[in-house]
Amino acid sequence: MKTMFLAFATIILLAFAADVILDYVPLSTQDVTSGQSVRLD
Amino acid sequence: MTRSLLRILCTLVLVSLGMVSPALAQEETAEVTVDRSATGGAQTLEDILARQQGLAIDDAFRRDDTGADRSGAAIADQLGTLGGASDPELWRALRYGSANVTVSTGAPAANIIIQDSGMRWLAFRDGDLRTYGGYLLLGMIGVLALFYLGRGKIRIDGPLAGKTIQRFKAFERFGHWLLGGSFILLGITGLLQLFGRVALIPYFGKDAFAAYAVVGKWIHNNVAWAFMIGLVWVTVTWISHNIPNRLDLKWIAVGGGLFSKGVHPPARKFNAGQKLIFWSVVVLGVSISVSGLSLLFPFKLPLFAATFEHLNAIGLPQLLGLGELPTTLTPHEEMQLAQLWHAIVAFVFIAIAIAHIYIGSIGMQGAFDAMGKGEVDEQWAKEHHGLWYEEVTGKSPHHPAE
Repeated sequence: MKTMFLAFATIILLAFAADVILDYVPLSTQDVTSGQSVRLD
Repeated sequence: MTRSLLRILCTLVLVSLGMVSPALAQEETAEVTVDRSATGGAQTLEDILARQQGLAIDDAFRRDDTGADRSGAAIADQLGTLGGASDPELWRALRYGSANVTVSTGAPAANIIIQDSGMRWLAFRDGDLRTYGGYLLLGMIGVLALFYLGRGKIRIDGPLAGKTIQRFKAFERFGHWLLGGSFILLGITGLLQLFGRVALIPYFGKDAFAAYAVVGKWIHNNVAWAFMIGLVWVTVTWISHNIPNRLDLKWIAVGGGLFSKGVHPPARKFNAGQKLIFWSVVVLGVSISVSGLSLLFPFKLPLFAATFEHLNAIGLPQLLGLGELPTTLTPHEEMQLAQLWHAIVAFVFIAIAIAHIYIGSIGMQGAFDAMGKGEVDEQWAKEHHGLWYEEVTGKSPHHPAE
């Protein structure tokens, strides 16, 4: 059963790691709402 | 067009599951033919009524009627204030994506001012997808409940040996629980995201659901990585044990002994039922991961136009009477199809997982120990995986317990 709980802990750890890492990845979903604007004038 | 696509998607899923015939698929996508001579080729009441009934209409008469000079009077002529093109022509061009749009934002797909497919996607998501997906899950739970009432818990026939052997090593169990644990989290948060409006808001209110939805989305997006790692882990670990062979036919022929006491077809490490689960997990897992990545990074990983092109090339849609699938999709249509495909695969995946969880827990005596502790009673091993028992211990499974 220890292995099962170790796996569950790993899931949580990976989730927080993903949350942090994705903030620095160029493919981040941030692009959708805050993509660079292009001025036409 | 999108409605047709939704039908195509569902039809492909159902056909692949052997649930509908190609003839039915052909019937569902038949288009309505309308005589527009009385309106000079413009929209008729019949068009509007057909659309309201959800029937497929070839709307080329509107889609292609964008910007033709014949529709508007010259600007110098009397009543020529609209110039060479009328407002309706402009709106049609925007709606069907043929207008030359320039926008100041750099956001992806921002130059799609009107996305015609959005409401149809929403209607399908809030309608058929929830309805039939819900039926599938409830149906599976019902079938298992009936099975449990009829067969009861599958117990070990012989006396327990009182001596255990190792069934799964720690790294095997770790991979299984990494995949299984993340799948349960993803399944619950995904279902609540889809059913929240009808299942949670009426009871907890919009404010509480909004607060949950932020957390649920965070969990769903970030736990996905553990799922994908678990999928690779499990696939690499067990693929060699899951190659189909003749023994599987014998196992299937007697229903794995699930329906009658005392029947124990020979099996190695994994029986045919477990192999079916394994390959389902691999195929559905890859599909749900790819469509999930497409959703995680909106507009960056379009999948469907290219997939439809390949399907057209091998002739599958034509074989099913669907004609050629569209190979030009707007970015929003790509996202909508990815979401629907992700959800359809998820429903099938969850239904299979429910059956797997049932047989691995309350459905069979001693089954959970295999993945919980990693150890099983020798008698359990002899009955359910006789050939594997022989490989591991060197003893015949027919030999009495020591």
